[in-house]
Amino acid sequence: MYVAVKGGERAIENAHDWLAEERRGDTSVAELTVPQIREQLSLAVNRVMTEGSLYDPDLAALAIKQARGDLIEAIFLIRAYRTTLPRFGYSDPVDTGGMACDRRISATFKDLPGGQVLGPTFDYTHRLLDFKLAADGEGPQAPERDTAPAPVPRVTGFLNREGLIEAAPEDDTPPPDLTREPLEMPANRALRLQALTRADEGFTLGMAYSTQRGYARNHAFVGELRIGTVPVEMEVAELGFAIEIGEVTLTECETVNQFKGSKTEPPQFTRGYGLVFGQSERKAISMALVDRAMRWEELGEDDVGAPAQDAEFVLYHGDNIQATGFLEHIKLPHYVDFQSELELVRKLRRDAGDQEAAE
Amino acid sequence: MGLLARAPEGRVAALLAEAGAARKFDWLRAPEIGSVMVRGRAGGTGALFNLGEMAVTRCSLRLADGTVGHGYVQGRRKAEAEAAAQVDALMQTGEAAAIRAAVLTPLEAEETARRSARARKAAATKVEFFTLVRGED
Repeated sequence: MYVAVKGGERAIENAHDWLAEERRGDTSVAELTVPQIREQLSLAVNRVMTEGSLYDPDLAALAIKQARGDLIEAIFLIRAYRTTLPRFGYSDPVDTGGMACDRRISATFKDLPGGQVLGPTFDYTHRLLDFKLAADGEGPQAPERDTAPAPVPRVTGFLNREGLIEAAPEDDTPPPDLTREPLEMPANRALRLQALTRADEGFTLGMAYSTQRGYARNHAFVGELRIGTVPVEMEVAELGFAIEIGEVTLTECETVNQFKGSKTEPPQFTRGYGLVFGQSERKAISMALVDRAMRWEELGEDDVGAPAQDAEFVLYHGDNIQATGFLEHIKLPHYVDFQSELELVRKLRRDAGDQEAAE
Repeated sequence: MGLLARAPEGRVAALLAEAGAARKFDWLRAPEIGSVMVRGRAGGTGALFNLGEMAVTRCSLRLADGTVGHGYVQGRRKAEAEAAAQVDALMQTGEAAAIRAAVLTPLEAEETARRSARARKAAATKVEFFTLVRGED
């Protein structure tokens, strides 16, 4: 039972003022601006946009500043703000095949049309601290090379042509939206993908890693990972046609997984899919592995009881705002609850004592 | 309208002002900030799913001659939405050619330059991997 408390206003106000002062830190050090966070901590901004489920780099940067760098607190601020916005509508599906790629790699095909493009990646760095960054922030200018615009076809497309991989045929069924209807089981794949894309990165990574270690192993390869921008189009009622309303940076991961076949179908590779806002490739790959693990039923695989196969377990525990909300609420005043439990324990001990005395 | 939606802060209004093209107008719908749910497809080509929202600002206005213009821009940017709606309205008037030359053409050139700079940097990171033959025969 919850019983309200009152009082403490002065202490709470003072605590908030002190929080603001601590947020600012040592005033002899220059204050961080929102554009600095947006430009220089862009991967943190991307994570806040993805898990906050709202693409707005300026707002995400502001949330990170306000949250003193606590990304889950920042995501909480974005989720709260998001609920205040009127919904203008749903976009047309983004065409990731037409992405202007900053990065595009495949771990399965060495020579692929469109080429392997590394982009601004941490891969192949030595993970040694760079003390030059502590001294001055001047980076080198990135080299450039002439290029003619060329299509960058999907890797799964090549395999598809030979029938070696399951197809993903276009399907315009309106998907469920967990921001409008509560998440309920069983969840179809569209709902699972929506929940996974905004799920906690650490949780999703842990689940994905568990499949690699053998809990519902699905032998994933990164068929393709691409990062870049795509236009967003929406039908606008007052115009009567679709217009571009902006552009978003996305990371997309397609995995190529263990093949399966049956008496009627020849063996073919299966697929997992990850798509997230910004440059967030660890999250995109994790999402694809977990998506694939949760598809066990439709692909006729056994339920081996692995955590990543359990959609209910994954989807109900992957949202860090739900999780932290419930977890952190236990530190708020529960005095009356606890008093009743204290009473109960005292009574049980008294009864046990009486019984002993009687024997 | 895509060019207007993506234009950097203040750029459309600046180009309009330079061209002396800004007009008096009445609001049909004052600038309003909201969200659009962005959709993707499973596997890139398959079933629709909801990816997440993006912030969008929209407005509608009417010029003195009755022409109606709509503005939809990315982010929380009321001034940009207003400028975009003005351009949309003016593009339906006799001034269309002048507005295209003064606003849309420079915006397009600037965007192409930004994009090709990124594409050139990406091209510089294109790799050829070679698989090595292992020693044992």
